[in-house]
Amino acid sequence: MKYLDEYRDPQLAKSLLDALQRRSLPKTPIRLMEICGTHTVAIFRCGLRQLLPPGIQLISGPGCPVCVTAGEDIDRAIWLARQPGVIVATFGDLLRVPGSHSSLHQERGAGADVRIVYGTLDALHMARENPHHEVVFLGIGFETTAPTVAAAVRQAAIEKLDNFSVFSAHKLLPPAMNALLESEDLSLDGFICPGHVSTVIGAQAYRHVATRHKMPCVITGFEPLDLLQGITMLIDQLAKGRAEVAVQYTRAVNREGNPAARKLMDEIFTATDATWRGLGEIPASGLRLQPQWHNYDASVRFAMPHIQVKEHPGCRCGEVLRGVLTPPGCALFGKVCTPQHPLGPCMVSSEGTCGAYYRYRQ
Amino acid sequence: MVGHLRNVHLTEFKGYDGGVQFRRRKTGVNADNLSVQLDHGSGGRATHELVEQVFARAFNNRFLREMNDSALVDIRGGHVAMTTDSYVVDPVIFPGGDIGSLAVHGTINDLCMRGARPMYLTVGFILEEGLLFETLLHIVESMATAAREANVLIVAGDTKVVPKGKADKIFINTAGIGIVPDGINVTGHNARPGDAVLINGTIGDHGMAILCKREGLAFENEILSDSSSLNGLIRELLEACPHIGVLRDPTRGGVATALNEIARQSHVGIRLYEESLPIRDDVAGACELLGLDPLYVANEGKVLVCLPQAAEQEALEVMRRHPLGRAACRIGEVVADEPGRVFMQTHIGGLRLVDMLRGEQLPRIC
Repeated sequence: MKYLDEYRDPQLAKSLLDALQRRSLPKTPIRLMEICGTHTVAIFRCGLRQLLPPGIQLISGPGCPVCVTAGEDIDRAIWLARQPGVIVATFGDLLRVPGSHSSLHQERGAGADVRIVYGTLDALHMARENPHHEVVFLGIGFETTAPTVAAAVRQAAIEKLDNFSVFSAHKLLPPAMNALLESEDLSLDGFICPGHVSTVIGAQAYRHVATRHKMPCVITGFEPLDLLQGITMLIDQLAKGRAEVAVQYTRAVNREGNPAARKLMDEIFTATDATWRGLGEIPASGLRLQPQWHNYDASVRFAMPHIQVKEHPGCRCGEVLRGVLTPPGCALFGKVCTPQHPLGPCMVSSEGTCGAYYRYRQ
Repeated sequence: MVGHLRNVHLTEFKGYDGGVQFRRRKTGVNADNLSVQLDHGSGGRATHELVEQVFARAFNNRFLREMNDSALVDIRGGHVAMTTDSYVVDPVIFPGGDIGSLAVHGTINDLCMRGARPMYLTVGFILEEGLLFETLLHIVESMATAAREANVLIVAGDTKVVPKGKADKIFINTAGIGIVPDGINVTGHNARPGDAVLINGTIGDHGMAILCKREGLAFENEILSDSSSLNGLIRELLEACPHIGVLRDPTRGGVATALNEIARQSHVGIRLYEESLPIRDDVAGACELLGLDPLYVANEGKVLVCLPQAAEQEALEVMRRHPLGRAACRIGEVVADEPGRVFMQTHIGGLRLVDMLRGEQLPRIC
């Protein structure tokens, strides 16, 4: 496969690994966090952790959008699904995430109209096809997803699709990275910054993280050679005592990101304080629709009740998301919490850290 | 019965010329006459006409011609293997096959996986009211061709028609019996540490052919399903290497799930090598695009073989001589460590667990 096999070359991987093994590390252990869930899965799939020198530790971060969605938002999505005449359109990952008393999957079994879509345009199509139903799209995701949702809202306005709305629980990654660095129980030496998110927000978005917290940042691709090179670049920075934003994933990411996508996001959304599972409320870390788009905002269209969240008392997803606990440290992991019977979101999502630990048994 | 065909008057079938062609009558045809109606499942005249004109004609053999309530077949020598499988694939016609050929291949292959020589099949159809005869005839012809090519006879059948919306076009069940020659003992319990794990060709073709068709994904060349009957290949293989312990067709759940089943049944570990996995470029590309792992994608013309290393070369040569085994290769080995589990050495030398498929990766793949 052109453009992929090149980044999986076993010989090149071996030489990069040998170089890392030979090198004297500026400190040990070096703790690097991969923010993004896609990185977590890529690292597990190629078995990278066990090949790195013992002095380099990879820690999984809060970069799975389903996992960081707050319990109350899951409960609100379930409440929406229960409303008569409502079709809930969602990405598949969210379906089995347990809320306080139910999940969208259970609601669907009980008769709710919950449909999986692969993109926002599918949801728009659904609204056109079902003019007598309210179609609510669950907007869960980071800066990669948000522009596509913004485009859907704008398109709905152009078409005057008045039965389409978005329940926005979008999150922004750089504020969460700042919040992580301010927490006292986590010590980190560098960030493997997300590849896909950075195609939208660009390298400039991490400047604050790098300068204020003196934290090396390398935006990295998803193939084994990308990861090895990204890690090498982080160690180079540490060795030189530098903390800057560098781009390994140059074939996709530049300084500015995608101006058209950012403009679209700015046009539809505005930043808002948001609650993250495990991290609590983080200022200006979420996106809500701007007032002029309120017709398309499900949280305005529907009078949602106040929800008292009840989570499984033993679930430690919050600590896993902060990188202070690895999944095997949770008493539920692999025993009562499995992909078939997930008790927390990190086990549900294909990009969740617990799911990756379980599937690839690290 | 077939001898009386000319005397049967059938408005619905007047245009049927016995092949795959179905021509509309030139005048005044109600579209309903071109599709299956509830009457066709009534057990009455319309059912008889359907059976005679379509099924008996296509599957024509002496057992079926008797038109009794059950077929009496001759079985001599060895153990009798029996199996059954139902087919609900969507779409019903896909690149490289259709639900009819798949229903024949799948059940034949299940018999082969015990070392049996498939002999007789039965078929049950559940037809949705409104199914176009054109589609039904295409599927039935393709079943007949698949059975003929595999040298098996379809000796009994049943047809039901359900109201529109209660099924999706056509569901097919096939059951089959075959004979296991003396001296052959093939079962999932027979994998032993040191055995080689072989496969007869590329993985993931069937699942990706279905998915690309469903999603409207196009590549330079269309991805074709590998749906085929493996009885010829397996027969040659077992004649050359009668000590083969395990044969398993990696259908739903793919190679990963089939190997996990073997590892559990035999209480052994299995070690795969990522670099040895035969995957077509377009299948690999489509999987990347859709976020699927080819190890979990269904195959319908592949067999996994576990056998002592001493027999590996001969088995590979036999398979490579057969049209369905040209790309046969070794993909791993059976080990004593980690019984019940499958691990894979990745391209860059890491080791990771290859678990069973969890949940439904692709619904209605077969």
